[in-house]
Amino acid sequence: MKKVIAVLLMASMCMATLMGCGANGGGKQEVYVYNWGEYIDPEVLNQFEEETGIKVIYDEFETNEIMYPKVEAGAAVYDVVCPSDYMISKMIENDLLQKINFDNIPNAKANIGAQYYETAKEYDPTNEYSVPYCWGTVGILYNKTMVDEPIDSWSVLWDEKYKDNILMQDSVRDAFMVALKLNGNSMNSLDEAELNAAKDLLIEQKPLVQAYVIDQVRDKMIGDEAAIGVIYSGEAIYTQRENENLEYVIPKEGTNVWIDSWVIPKNAKNVECAEKFIDFMCRDDIALKNFEYITYSTPNDAAKALIEDEDIRNSEIAFPDLTKYNNLETYVYLGEDGDALYNELWKEVKSK
Amino acid sequence: MNKKILSAPYLLWSVVFIIIPLLMVFYYGLTDKSGAFTLENILAIATVEHSKALWLAIKLSIESTIICLILAYPLSMILAKLNVNQHSFIVFIFILPMWMNFLLRTLAWQTLLEKTGVINSILKTIGLPGINIINTSGAIILGMVYNFLPFMVLPIYNSLSKIDKNVINAARDLGANGFQTFLKIMLPLSTPGIISGITMVFVPALTTFVISTLLGGSKILLIGNVIEQEFTQTGNWHLGSGLSIVLMIFIIVNMLITAITDKDGEGTML
Repeated sequence: MKKVIAVLLMASMCMATLMGCGANGGGKQEVYVYNWGEYIDPEVLNQFEEETGIKVIYDEFETNEIMYPKVEAGAAVYDVVCPSDYMISKMIENDLLQKINFDNIPNAKANIGAQYYETAKEYDPTNEYSVPYCWGTVGILYNKTMVDEPIDSWSVLWDEKYKDNILMQDSVRDAFMVALKLNGNSMNSLDEAELNAAKDLLIEQKPLVQAYVIDQVRDKMIGDEAAIGVIYSGEAIYTQRENENLEYVIPKEGTNVWIDSWVIPKNAKNVECAEKFIDFMCRDDIALKNFEYITYSTPNDAAKALIEDEDIRNSEIAFPDLTKYNNLETYVYLGEDGDALYNELWKEVKSK
Repeated sequence: MNKKILSAPYLLWSVVFIIIPLLMVFYYGLTDKSGAFTLENILAIATVEHSKALWLAIKLSIESTIICLILAYPLSMILAKLNVNQHSFIVFIFILPMWMNFLLRTLAWQTLLEKTGVINSILKTIGLPGINIINTSGAIILGMVYNFLPFMVLPIYNSLSKIDKNVINAARDLGANGFQTFLKIMLPLSTPGIISGITMVFVPALTTFVISTLLGGSKILLIGNVIEQEFTQTGNWHLGSGLSIVLMIFIIVNMLITAITDKDGEGTML
């Protein structure tokens, strides 16, 4: 008797869990989206739901590295994800993505500039797996009231004058990118001597750094908490709106040009809805809405043409003329051993 | 039999949410990427970065446990002396902040302590020099003490309030002065509370990674941070689990000490 009840109890609990997963089978359409934090105009999601009747289940991540294990482990099944360049090549290499049928996403080819697909070949050689969503550079944001000299080099982040006034990015690749570029090396270097030199540079810098942060660079710079910060170009326009003393520069030693793109994971359940979602995101009026809300540069040329404010349309921060800068690179996936080496060195920096 | 049926849901709960995850930690901790048995993940604690992070975590959590004890004991004595109406009000005030999310309270400290934060702005307006402890180990200790102090106060207060007033009166009758009464009567009788308080502060302080990230500016790497990074950033669950097992050993040692000193099982939490 005792056992029977226990078994029944177990069975009913299992049923409950199973039913919870399977409920989306009948009738209502859904799309599971996994995107960067604060990387979309929430109004756009509502509009998508109204126009298509597809319900959006929306989750956010803070770094590519946090996103990857979740998609890999299949703990949560997403239909659309928005990783960056090097992470896309890692996902292609590890067979986590499916090819996108561009016939179902007409806006992708019509509205997005051809040069972005050209750049995308660095991580998606055949342009079959990803649709560019946002792009930009990484640079230095500084407060004109706290910095007198003109800034044009990463070396300012090693200037004793700004001790406790420097904000660094708390992510492996971005931190090493700064040090590698300052040493004149490639930011995709796998040369141990170069990487050790970069590590030593970062250790040397540590006493000057106020904090290692990611999204908080924005709020801290707006709040006059620090004089100099390493930041993504998309945040720069927003911070300038909030604090007019801030200025953004692309350092002369070169930097990272990145592209975040929509991809469809291999295990996606609602591919059709995913295609509709990506197509919707590529519509010019929607891309414009997103640009105005998140201020990250859009690769959507049709949307750019719709921007009314001429200053923004010609802004060097939002749409820099990349031919003017040297040594711009895009991250590539370094392979498992390369990743492990970077992580090892970064841990050494952080524990000093 | 009835009792057993009633306990089934709890049994199921502890199997699904405690035993199985624990087994998974051990599985990951004792295997490498190919699934073969290895002790490497556990021995990895000996590397310079890991042992330094562990040592720093132990040091900071011992310091904050001592500070908590020094602050909590006198407070508990005052609480225990008050009459029922007064003390329940003060205990209530003490528990009130715990109704708010722990993360939010720690974030609030960040805003308070920042260079341009609330405390420094006030100090500046009244012409005093500012304090600069944000992003230092001092700020981490402050965060730990603030967050875990109630866990020290409540068990000590509980064991003190259980002491029979007649025992204390008897001591005084027999000629013990205030200090002797404290040393010979109150302190020994409240030891279970102290031990339980120490465990409840030390263990979460040892494993925290949120406080050190938020108040230490990610500049101070504690063992909790290393483990968190292995799971979220590096994606090496094996190493993360191996280091967790090492951390578990320290916690078990701490609990054994508790169990030995607290033979009567009086060290109840609340």
